[in-house]
Amino acid sequence: MSSSSSSVHPGMGAPGTVRVSHDHHHLGFWRKYIFSTDHKVIGIQFMLTGLVMFLVGGLMAMAIRWQLAWPWTEMPIVGKLLFPETGKVISPEFYTMLFTMHGTIMIFFVIIPLLTGAFGNFLIPLMIGAPDMAFPKLNMIGYWAMVPGIGFAIASFFVEGGGASSGWTAYPPLSTIETAAPGSGQGQTLWLLALTWSGVSSMTGAVNYVTTIVKMRAPGMTLMRMPLTIWSLLIAALLQLFALPVLTAASILQLLDRVVDTGFFTPTNLVVNQFNSEAAGAAAGGQPLLWQHLFWFYSHPAVYIMVVPAMGLASDVIATHARKPIFGYKPMVYSMSAIAGLGFIVWGHHMFASGMNPALGMTFMVSTIMIALPSAVKVFNWLGTLWGSRIHLTTAMLNALGFVAMFIIGGLSGIWMAATPVDIYIHDTYIVVAHFHYVVFGGSVFAIFAGIYHWFPKMFGRMMNETLGKVHFIGSFIFTNGVFYLMHQLGIAGLMRRTADPYDYEAFAHLQPLNQIISICAFCLFTWQIFFVFNFFHSMFWGKRVGRNPWKATTLEWDAPSPPGHGNFDHELAVHCGPYEYASPLVEEDYLMQSRDIGAKPAKA
Amino acid sequence: MRFLATLLFLALLVFGVWSFQAAESFGAWLPPHVSSFGPDIDALFKLILWMVTFFFILTEVVLIYCVWRFSKKDPSKAHFTHGSHKLEMLWTAVPAGLLLVIAFAQMGAWANIRFPSAFPDGEPVAVAWASQFDWRFQYPGADGVLGTMDDFESAHDFVVPAGEPVKFILRSRDVIHSFSVPQFRLKQDAMPGMAIPVWFQVDEDRPGDYELICMELCGWGHYKMAGKVRALPRAEYDAWVADQQAQFMSNGIEE
Amino acid sequence: MSSSIQAYDPEVDAPAHHHPIYDYDSGPPVDRGKFAIWLFLATEVMFFTGLIGSYLVIRMGSPAWPHPKELLAVDITAANTFLLITSSWMMVRALDAIQKGDKGGLVKWLGFTILGGSVFVGVQVYEYTVLIHEGYLPNRDLFWSTFYAMTGFHGIHVCVGVIWLFCVWIGAVRGSYTPQNYVRVELAGLYWHFVDLVWVLLFTIVYLM
Ligand SMILES: [Cu+2]
Ligand SMILES: [Cu+2]
Repeated sequence: MSSSSSSVHPGMGAPGTVRVSHDHHHLGFWRKYIFSTDHKVIGIQFMLTGLVMFLVGGLMAMAIRWQLAWPWTEMPIVGKLLFPETGKVISPEFYTMLFTMHGTIMIFFVIIPLLTGAFGNFLIPLMIGAPDMAFPKLNMIGYWAMVPGIGFAIASFFVEGGGASSGWTAYPPLSTIETAAPGSGQGQTLWLLALTWSGVSSMTGAVNYVTTIVKMRAPGMTLMRMPLTIWSLLIAALLQLFALPVLTAASILQLLDRVVDTGFFTPTNLVVNQFNSEAAGAAAGGQPLLWQHLFWFYSHPAVYIMVVPAMGLASDVIATHARKPIFGYKPMVYSMSAIAGLGFIVWGHHMFASGMNPALGMTFMVSTIMIALPSAVKVFNWLGTLWGSRIHLTTAMLNALGFVAMFIIGGLSGIWMAATPVDIYIHDTYIVVAHFHYVVFGGSVFAIFAGIYHWFPKMFGRMMNETLGKVHFIGSFIFTNGVFYLMHQLGIAGLMRRTADPYDYEAFAHLQPLNQIISICAFCLFTWQIFFVFNFFHSMFWGKRVGRNPWKATTLEWDAPSPPGHGNFDHELAVHCGPYEYASPLVEEDYLMQSRDIGAKPAKA
Repeated sequence: MRFLATLLFLALLVFGVWSFQAAESFGAWLPPHVSSFGPDIDALFKLILWMVTFFFILTEVVLIYCVWRFSKKDPSKAHFTHGSHKLEMLWTAVPAGLLLVIAFAQMGAWANIRFPSAFPDGEPVAVAWASQFDWRFQYPGADGVLGTMDDFESAHDFVVPAGEPVKFILRSRDVIHSFSVPQFRLKQDAMPGMAIPVWFQVDEDRPGDYELICMELCGWGHYKMAGKVRALPRAEYDAWVADQQAQFMSNGIEE
Repeated sequence: MSSSIQAYDPEVDAPAHHHPIYDYDSGPPVDRGKFAIWLFLATEVMFFTGLIGSYLVIRMGSPAWPHPKELLAVDITAANTFLLITSSWMMVRALDAIQKGDKGGLVKWLGFTILGGSVFVGVQVYEYTVLIHEGYLPNRDLFWSTFYAMTGFHGIHVCVGVIWLFCVWIGAVRGSYTPQNYVRVELAGLYWHFVDLVWVLLFTIVYLM
């Protein structure tokens, strides 16, 4: 950065000091838009990439839904293109690959990049009053580290055997023995590389976020005056820092099992597909369960990496458009921290059916059931915020309300999965699919939509069209519930996941019509996103221009120009009150900005 | 928008409760249970269902009311408050208590299904072998001991006596599979490298054929990895075993 | 609500063209780079926790495990361990030198640290060559799988450390560091001490236990 040249000792100083430097910034196209070190550009890069991958992952979901509604039938439009050799029909091998890559892409290349990558990058410096991230170059590297990850994931479809097909959980030995599945050849190796690169991206991001939040807040921005979005991103970054390295270690061990025939996860005497791995010279004696422990040690916290920032975004959107302070700010902070802390000791709930020690299962059950408590506290506090508020039903607010309505469902259904005896029955059934889609789609995706509609004016200096936005919300809300709600009932009937055609079973033959309804809703949901795509790109160039603070919000980002220029703020900042001083009696307006000095202690109420 | 939004959230609530009510009528509900685990697991499922339904209705109703009541055009300011210590205590303590009750309620049933102390005494009736993509069941021969020369094998069908505890060993020859019989409320992964003991008891009055389903992804043929559990009254079961043993012996002689 | 949206006013809302950049410092009085290195080391701790944890689980779960003494050249590696610990001490001397303004001392001690690290890697490569020559490949059995994974990952870390120190050393030769500005030396040093610490742990469980 040109700014650091004026300071001998960058970043070193007494608390609350300001380092002022003048910049003369004239960058070419490549440095400005492609290899940019500006957190805002990087945030938007993450957002566009995430949305494109959302389309890819969504298309896979559509193919999955086609197969579940009308198995082994000719797929319209794309069938001829994709599966000429199987008669335009999805093959069972391809089906396993579809849901594996759907999960992988949605988690590692859509939700995590959108929440932490896009919103983390764009909002952290702006909301704490910083000119940029602590390490802008590292930030750029973080984005570009994700790109090879995506490349490997996409490339895996074109290698022999096709993409990885042992589920996004990649349980060995299915994933480590090449003959176990067609996708366990090169596809699985590429999958592991994709994961590793996505890990590098998350890791650089997390180091940057934590350092920035801890070290670069504007004067007066104490920890307990930080917007909940910042808290949530800080907590998510800490989760990544402590959980992700374990997955990295595990992925590398799996990679070694595959490439140099070590035997970490391969037990003795396996004969897979007439192929004896030991006779072929691979080590043996390893433990497949070990992978599950390592994998879920990361991937359970990953669930919270995917939902805690969504909670933060929704909180900010709700307070702003309800024109009322967040009810119970501190309980909100504590409950998010509790979710993160407990998140490290609940991973075993994915393994109740695995043959893990049953006493351990009981411990994991208690911690998992208790993790519902902080989530419940958050829901009550959102409702408390809405009570007595002045709701403006903007598109952003509608999406945030949708988030609350659906997160409730996802949270409540989790209790069944935590209860060990009940989980014996529902493990690996569609009720699990319903549960996590309510959390990640009904929850996180709607919070992402809320965030996009809310911060779009800050990102591009223009409004998104509200009418189109509302049309988008109404359809998305209806069809999302149409898709995922009935999956609860399918699961209660015992229908299992990851099954290309369940209708040969006597027990499930009658469930096909229900699956057809779900699939039709899914196709509608997918198509309905046209309203969003059109609105997003149209508004980027032709939306109505807005000033600095279109929503009359209180947090610091609304002090900057829309869109903010290089260095974000064109004036000095100081924070004088908490983040949610809406309806404050101290001022005439119904909002008191954090940066506004009214010469009095903020009102206590 | 106010009406529409209220209606939308109300619709979710109504649909949410209704679809659970109506699920049984379109066949998407718990299949009738036929094993000794059934009553416990179903009761716990319903206990949670009632509690979850209560909180679902409570929270969604408040949400709907807020959307309806507080999105009216109103130039006055919102009620200015940063929270209430009392309410926080209330809505932390009450769910915490309920969740603890739920957690403790599970323990007995879990221990009964999985703890070694709950397992029936005696030798396992068979070893269930899972492999891509079928089930095989290895029974002890006339000597009553597993793993000897006279063991006989049953492909696809797992024949067990009804009305008494059945213990078997679950193993896999290749990847992870899962032994699952929905009507038994039983599911256990078959983990390569591990011999996992499993037990269940089919109700005495419910002998019959039950679908055995692999519920852990095991490769391209996962969807069709089916088997059958045939629960026979004791006398028929004994006869079947004797018949199989005899068949095995005679086969051995012919070869 | 569209009515609440302010109109765009170029006078107020357009960003000023030339304005200073305000960079505040809020947190504990630690250099940002140092703070980040500590975070990074925390992730490294978790990485090795995952590896060492896996090692222990696999070893406990194995019916038979050879004693390392029978298969590994423990005495050579013990000497190598001593060398690595010494290099940590030399790193301390290097930092001490620049804090006192002794630029020559920095170059010297940093040079020794790099030498120590390089010899350590050299010995490890030699050990690998001999073992591989004798047929002890990573796919031989779990003992060797874990041996190569544990020591190999640490070896990679040592290589990264040596390269990092070398970059710092070039700066030292050019005289870029002063008693007021030596953060880069400190950062590399922190990493180096961490790598050495991990080795002591690995040496104990892989070679001695
Ligand atoms: Cu989980
Ligand atoms: Cu299967």
